[in-house]
Amino acid sequence: MAQEYILEMNHIVKAFSGVRALDDVDFKVRRGEIMAICGENGAGKSTLMNVLSGVYPYGSYEGDIVYCGETCRFHSIKDSEQKGIVIIHQELALSPYLSVAENVFIGNERQKNGVIDWTRTRREAQELLARVGLENENVNVPVNTLGVGKQQMIEIAKALGKKADLLILDEPTAALNDTESAQLLELMLQLKAQGMTCIIISHKLNEISYVADSITIIRDGKSIETLHKGVDEFSEDRIIKGMVGRELTNRYPKREDCPIGEAIFEVKNWNVYHPDDADRQVLKDINLTVRAGEVVGLAGLMGAGRTELAMSLFGHAYGQKISGEVYIKGKKVDMRSVRSAIDNNFAYVSEDRKTYGLVLIDSITFNMSLAALRRFFSERGVVDERKEAVKAEEYRRLINVKTATMEQPVGSLSGGNQQKVVLAKWMLTQPDVLILDEPTRGIDVGAKYEIYSVINDLARAGKAIIIISSEMPEIIGTCDRTYVINEGEIAGELSRDEMTQEAIMGTIMAHNRKGE
Amino acid sequence: MGTKMMEKTAASAGKKANLSMKQYGMMLALIAVYVIFAFITEGKNLSAMNVNSLIMQNGYVVILAVGMLLCVLTGNVDLGVGSVVASCGAVAGTLIVDFGVNTPLAMLASLVVGALFGVFVGFFVSKLDIPPFIVTLATMLMGRGICYVILQSQTKGPLPASYTWISTGFLPTWKVGNVDMITMIVAIVCVVLVFAMDFKSIATNKKHGLPTIPLWQSIAKDAVISAIILFFFFKLACYNGIPVLLLLMLAVVCVYHFITTKTVAGRQIYAMGGNAKAASLSGINTKKVFFWVYANMGLLCGLAGIVLSARNASATPKAGDGFEMDAIASCYIGGAATSGGIGTVIGAVVGAFIMGILNNGMSLAGFDTNVQKIVKGAVLLGAVTVDLVSKRKKG
Repeated sequence: MAQEYILEMNHIVKAFSGVRALDDVDFKVRRGEIMAICGENGAGKSTLMNVLSGVYPYGSYEGDIVYCGETCRFHSIKDSEQKGIVIIHQELALSPYLSVAENVFIGNERQKNGVIDWTRTRREAQELLARVGLENENVNVPVNTLGVGKQQMIEIAKALGKKADLLILDEPTAALNDTESAQLLELMLQLKAQGMTCIIISHKLNEISYVADSITIIRDGKSIETLHKGVDEFSEDRIIKGMVGRELTNRYPKREDCPIGEAIFEVKNWNVYHPDDADRQVLKDINLTVRAGEVVGLAGLMGAGRTELAMSLFGHAYGQKISGEVYIKGKKVDMRSVRSAIDNNFAYVSEDRKTYGLVLIDSITFNMSLAALRRFFSERGVVDERKEAVKAEEYRRLINVKTATMEQPVGSLSGGNQQKVVLAKWMLTQPDVLILDEPTRGIDVGAKYEIYSVINDLARAGKAIIIISSEMPEIIGTCDRTYVINEGEIAGELSRDEMTQEAIMGTIMAHNRKGE
Repeated sequence: MGTKMMEKTAASAGKKANLSMKQYGMMLALIAVYVIFAFITEGKNLSAMNVNSLIMQNGYVVILAVGMLLCVLTGNVDLGVGSVVASCGAVAGTLIVDFGVNTPLAMLASLVVGALFGVFVGFFVSKLDIPPFIVTLATMLMGRGICYVILQSQTKGPLPASYTWISTGFLPTWKVGNVDMITMIVAIVCVVLVFAMDFKSIATNKKHGLPTIPLWQSIAKDAVISAIILFFFFKLACYNGIPVLLLLMLAVVCVYHFITTKTVAGRQIYAMGGNAKAASLSGINTKKVFFWVYANMGLLCGLAGIVLSARNASATPKAGDGFEMDAIASCYIGGAATSGGIGTVIGAVVGAFIMGILNNGMSLAGFDTNVQKIVKGAVLLGAVTVDLVSKRKKG
């Protein structure tokens, strides 16, 4: 490997109050390649990138950074950006009500003596957008009118405007659908062809093995190995082995001894209209059935209406002018509020745990008991704290939440443990029917496995389970059957044997054609 | 690395101890402020009469701070408090002086008017989704105007003894020498209760295998609390005994402490303040919670209106000016967070007393009223700064 390194990070040690988040990490990137960093949550990927970009200033870590042959001491993000290192964080840093052009040059304004040169701003914004494949976009519209996919592209345009030589993308496709993700990956390859060096952090291993030239694996704050395309094996299984430190032969635990019983959850002719627009029908004539002990998937592209379906069923938490019938265990139920849904033993484990699932400042116990408090942990409005603490502790053990104390704020837990707390919260409501919306998004492989095991246990206990997931392998790996949803309608139903990524995509395509 | 390791062990030792110093830090600050002013005023603020006036002066602030805490827990404030208190007092005063209504009915009227104000705010806040800051800014202006209209810009008084009793009266006494025995008996009962409750909770925790605070810490904590109670009640016993207002305050504090810490309703307020979306997807009717929090604030304004007019023996149009700020400051000094979801009733009460002792001490020491305002502002800023900066270091 006689290629030149654009970046060398040697013996990096970074500790937080005595705990080593990075422990002697070596990380080398060659000029013009796409380097991926893989590791479980909490392995230290983001910390490493924060050290590199100056978020953690020089002096707060040990080791040295050599960039373009020069030892660097960054004291802030500004310092690293001046050298051409630009980081795009997972959470987009766009100002929603400012125009596209303004956002592209935010903090980097085209100006003369403090006065913005609008002609230059718009013209150069247009040029930068053309480089990221958005040549037809109007640069004067507010950014919040565009989809997440386009916003992500604008972030990249913004980085290009800063004359980036080394672009760092932290989970760039986490919020994107498959088409948008594919576009983003193509753009990365295109930029590479133009001489850009990229570092990508992602949990989506298929994307990494597609786009990356090299992969550095980090585990428990240590750099484990670096794999190179064409030299080392580059498969997903190989990467996972490096990440978890052992062979994970099956990513989806088998569900044995789980007989499927009678239909206990039925939805008939479910129609829902958009909450802000009474004329826009979001869901049309949905019919579905789930049997006891059965795990059923809701596959589809982002925006197909899966979350909307789940939330409208869950006590009309979404939509208006809702019509249709719901039967739980053969009994017709009318769930007009979240409370009545919970009382009818119906649970919805929401997507985006930080926004919709948890009260981050409060304790694990507080969060676990929140939905079941009224029904199971109180008498005449007074909380039975002992019962609550005992039950919460029981569930902590049952689903293996890793924590020092139950009083710890949920916000301080890792993503996987947070997801387990959300699951426990809904298990404590003793539901017959559970809808799990993106139950493993953004959590590491090991925690995913544990969540799947819990789902299996629930199925074995005779619950009816619906899983919404944008990761098709997850649906295929965990479900007995899946409905494919497209544009607010059920586009098709696939049995276990029929379920493949091609079949799911094929069903969506066929439904799209029918609509035209 | 050596010092880092030390820090780590110190931190983990703190975790095991389980008695959070933050929770009791404000109480220690309260004692410190009191002691400092004891030196500045050469002991004047320790006198029996002054201990008594501390309660009489701060009754309404404590009541309002408790109600305000619930608003602060939702991440909002109620700016209309001072004006509503004045309006409620005005209604009661006018009914008695101009219409000869009897005392209980006048008091009830004050509570009803307060509750109506609260329902009014609650309606706009919960049903129409208008930001509480705006709605209560409106009630602040409207309330003051209504108060002036009712009183026709005059002071209504004097109010009868049966009315003023609530803020100036005392429980019966049984003096042995100079000391009231009834007060002392109550004090001893309180001390016994403090210890008994703590031991009971330790016993049940042990029985259920839940973590417990080390015994010596519990005893130390209870001893400090008991010392405060005994000192306090001894001073009262040397004066006129237990003020009626003290009982009223204690009742309000106990009820709301219970609601916030032990009931489903209390949990719902904390959950909503911490994350309204998650709370509503957990089956909590956040609009209803919002409504009741503000309706309740109105009711407590009615109560404070009675207390204030009874203390002044009259209803004046300027009454209650700036009370909302005292109540809000008490909550924040007592550790509540502006973003909502964090704060305790006890904290708010301690905050109210810190402000009260400051006021009282500075007056006794002969500070200029303008200087007093500067000091109060500085204390609010200092307390919140220390609180937030110390939290940041931990993270």
